[in-house]
Amino acid sequence: MTKKWKETVTIIEQKQIAEGIFSLWIQTEKIGKEAVPGQFVNLYCKDKSRLLPRPISICEIDDTKKRLRVVYRVAGKGTEEISQYMAGNTLEIEGPLGNGFPLKNGKKVFLIGGGIGIPPMLELAKQLEGEKQIIVGYRSETFLKEDLEKYGKVFIATEDGSVGVKGNVLDCIKENGLEADIIFACGPTPMLRAIKEYAQNMKIEAWISLEERMACGIGACLACVCQSKDVDEHTNVKNKRICKDGPVFLAEEVEL
Amino acid sequence: MINTAVNIAGVELKNPIMTASGTFGSGEEYSEFVDLNKLGAVVTKGVANVPWQGNPTPRIAETYGGMLNAIGLQNPGIDVLIQRDIPFLKKFDTKIVVNVCGKTIEDYCEVVERLSQEEVDLLEINISCPNVKEGGIAFGQNPAAVEMITKELKKRAKQPIIMKLSPNVTDITEIAKAAEAGGADALSLINTLTGMKIDIYKKTFALANKTGGLSGPAIKPIAIRMVYQVANAVKLPIIGMGGISNTEDAIEFLMAGANAVAVGTMNFRNPYVTEEIVNGIEQFMMQYGYESLADMRI
Repeated sequence: MTKKWKETVTIIEQKQIAEGIFSLWIQTEKIGKEAVPGQFVNLYCKDKSRLLPRPISICEIDDTKKRLRVVYRVAGKGTEEISQYMAGNTLEIEGPLGNGFPLKNGKKVFLIGGGIGIPPMLELAKQLEGEKQIIVGYRSETFLKEDLEKYGKVFIATEDGSVGVKGNVLDCIKENGLEADIIFACGPTPMLRAIKEYAQNMKIEAWISLEERMACGIGACLACVCQSKDVDEHTNVKNKRICKDGPVFLAEEVEL
Repeated sequence: MINTAVNIAGVELKNPIMTASGTFGSGEEYSEFVDLNKLGAVVTKGVANVPWQGNPTPRIAETYGGMLNAIGLQNPGIDVLIQRDIPFLKKFDTKIVVNVCGKTIEDYCEVVERLSQEEVDLLEINISCPNVKEGGIAFGQNPAAVEMITKELKKRAKQPIIMKLSPNVTDITEIAKAAEAGGADALSLINTLTGMKIDIYKKTFALANKTGGLSGPAIKPIAIRMVYQVANAVKLPIIGMGGISNTEDAIEFLMAGANAVAVGTMNFRNPYVTEEIVNGIEQFMMQYGYESLADMRI
C-alpha cells in the first residue's frame, strides 16, 4: 500500500479535449512520487457546499514524478466547478488512492478502455512492457487517441460507427481478430461484465477497474463496496472496498 | 494553566475530541493522516454479534452542505473487532469507544457481554441508525424501549455505556430522560436525520435504500439545539456531534452543553480535521481565557 497525503497543488494546464471531457495537469509535491497506474486521486471543490471529494483516475505521471494528469468528464456541479479552474490556480487533492494495476510485463496484452474509463489506460500503456493492443470504445467523439498511439497499437470502436468499428470494444476485438494472454480494463459496468465473461471463455486473466459512489476514498466509510465471490478478509463479508482493496480487481474475484 | 481533559462516566479523556462512529473505521485508515495519540478517544464503526453485509449500492449521495448515507451498518462482527481492531487501537494513547449495534435486544446484549473482558473504555449503543429495518432507530424512537434496553445492557456491561440518540423524534429530551432513567452513563447526540434525494434527470432515488441519514455541516444548527435541550434536561455527560467541521463548531457544541464532541463527516473532506480541532481548542481557550472546558458552557 502506497503512502498517501492531502496537499494543495498548482494547476499547470487545463483544457477541454472533447465534449464534456477535460484534461488537467497538476504540479504535486508528494502524491506524484508514490503514484502508480490505475490509482486515483480525490479532487476537492472550493465551494464548501460540495463536501465530498471527486475521485478521478490518474491518466499520466510525468518522468519527474512531480506532475500528474487527470482526464475527467463533467458529470455534475462539482466537476463543472473544477473544469473552470485555470493554470496557476490551486486545488486540494488527496492521493494516491487505491491499489493500481499489477505490472505484468512481457505478455500479449489487451488494454481496454470504455468512455471515461480510457484515461487510466494511458499511464498503464506507458509503464507496461509487452505487446500492447489498446482497444478503446467511445460513443462518438474520440479523445486521448494520439497519446495512446505512442505506446501501442490502437483499435477503436464507436457506438455510432463514426470512427473505427461500429459497436463496442468486444465487437472491435472480434472484427480485428485480436488475441491476448492478459486483459486490463476500465469502463462502464456492462462493458466490464462482458469482458469478464469473454476472459472466462478464453481462459485468460483479466484485471478490471471498478467505480462506485465514494465518500472517504481510503477504506473507512464502506460506501463504495462491490460484491466479492468469497468472504473478504478485511470486511469479513462478501464485500470488497473499491477505494482501498481496488479499484483494480481480478475479474473472477468480484460479482458484477 | 489550560486543562483540556474531560471525565466521561469515570473515563478521563485528555481532550474532548472523539471520532463519530462510522466515519473513521476502526482508526487504521485515518492513522495514515492523523496521530491517533492526539485524540481524546476513537469511536469504532458499529459492530454487531455477527458480520453484517450492509445495504446495496449506491450507499451515499452528496447534498447541499452535507451527505446522505445508507451503508446499513456493514460490519465484520464482534470476533474480528476483538481480534484485529482492539489490538490495533491499544497501540495508541487514546481511549477506545466501541459502538454497538444489533437487530434484537439479545444481539446488543451478546456484543456487550463479549466486550466485558476486553480492554475497551466505553461502549456506545447505537439505538438510532435510520438505515436498518430492524433494531437501530426502532428502539431509539420509543422512550419505554430506550429505558428497557438501557437497563438490560447496564446489567451486563462492564464498561460505562453511552446511549446514542436519534434526532428523528418529536422531543429528544423525552428519549434522553428515558436513557437516564434506565441507568445510562452518558449520552451522545445526534445521529443522522432521515432524508431522501431524487435524481431528477434519471428519475431514480439517489440511494439504493431510497432513504438515508443526513450528516455534515447542514445539520449543525439542529444538533446544537438538541444538545442544548438535552443538557438542560438530564444530568448525564453529553458527547455532542452533528456537522462539526472546524474548531469553532466544536466550541459551539461545548458552549451548548456538550462535555465532549465527535467529528464525523468532515473526516471525508479533511482527513486531518480531528487533530486540527484538538490544537484549535487549546488555542481558543488560551486566547479567550478559558481554563477548563466546563468554563465554556453558555
